[in-house]
Amino acid sequence: MPDQPVQDSTVTDWRIQVYDVLKAFDVKHAAYVPDAGHATAIERFNADQAVRSVVLTTEEEGIGYLAGAWLGGERGVLLLQSSGVGNCINTLALPACARFPLLMVVTMRGDWAEFNQWQNPMGRATEAALNLMGVRTWRAERAEEVADLLQGAATMAFDGDEACAVLLSQRLIGRKEWNRAR
Amino acid sequence: MTAELLNRREAVAELLKDRGELIVVTGLGSPSYDVMAAGDHDRNYYLWAAMGSAATVGLGLAVSRPRDPVLVVTGDGEMLMGMGALAKIAVQMPKNLTIAVLDNGHYGETGMQHSHAGHGIALEKVAQSVDFDWTARITDMAGVRDLRARAHAVNALNFAAIAIDITEEERVLPSRDGVYIKNRLRAALGQSMT
Repeated sequence: MPDQPVQDSTVTDWRIQVYDVLKAFDVKHAAYVPDAGHATAIERFNADQAVRSVVLTTEEEGIGYLAGAWLGGERGVLLLQSSGVGNCINTLALPACARFPLLMVVTMRGDWAEFNQWQNPMGRATEAALNLMGVRTWRAERAEEVADLLQGAATMAFDGDEACAVLLSQRLIGRKEWNRAR
Repeated sequence: MTAELLNRREAVAELLKDRGELIVVTGLGSPSYDVMAAGDHDRNYYLWAAMGSAATVGLGLAVSRPRDPVLVVTGDGEMLMGMGALAKIAVQMPKNLTIAVLDNGHYGETGMQHSHAGHGIALEKVAQSVDFDWTARITDMAGVRDLRARAHAVNALNFAAIAIDITEEERVLPSRDGVYIKNRLRAALGQSMT
């Protein structure tokens, strides 16, 4: 489905930059559970013959998968929604104990203009939960921050064997339209 | 008909004979001890946590090292926790990955409680239902030797549940230093450590 940018089209298209930055860091594997905020990156990775796109049944599968790919000599990224961070907690022992590079890009729910309150508990806990498990986090609130924060996180993940996550805030992504009727 | 279930140590030793270029990923607990007992190796990657991740690590290795045979050796409880990963792996369909589940139907590490496999869930049928190229339940050493040949053939995505008895063997512990095991395998695969 084509993506409808919420922002003015003159504003930096951070959605494309996510893909471009990851490509610049030689990412060869994109593991994901789909989310509307990642739709552009997922579409581009799916169309990219140089990148293996791996659709996961649950987010923690991506941690093991990317560890295996790194053992085999290749870099990857995990694209997920904040709710999926909750699924990853125990598996984050793997990068913590073995110092695997881990780069996560997390689209936030439950942190701004959230219609579905059931998203709120995990949305509130996402960043703290990652930090508790040893994952460093950066939060992008504005479009012009995304590329820079992602470059920084990718550098620390791949050059420093760190677990790093960039959180894309709900305000950046835009309100989810619940009532599609005009 | 099989009179007796296989012994896990004997089955794993047979499976890892003449292993050549084989890369082995082990699930936490007894499968790691079994693989260690068969002989430590630079191409072994032992998991000590992250239950449910053995098959997913195996997939990552298989797709990034497409010419090397990759074998996952894990237990039924560990595989049950990662059952969704079988769907993920089947979609990727690497032809150099073999998953061998040492199936005694119990959680051996925690006091031999029955697992779902012990309650009759056949993991090989799960793998079959998501379209692995080849699946089997193995009950004798001839079957283990056949599985070994298939693992080395690098021409199919394989899954086998190996029916083993519940004998508890001496713990033969691999290194718990995750960084060391990681770097050892990466060096064995010729990767730069800089």
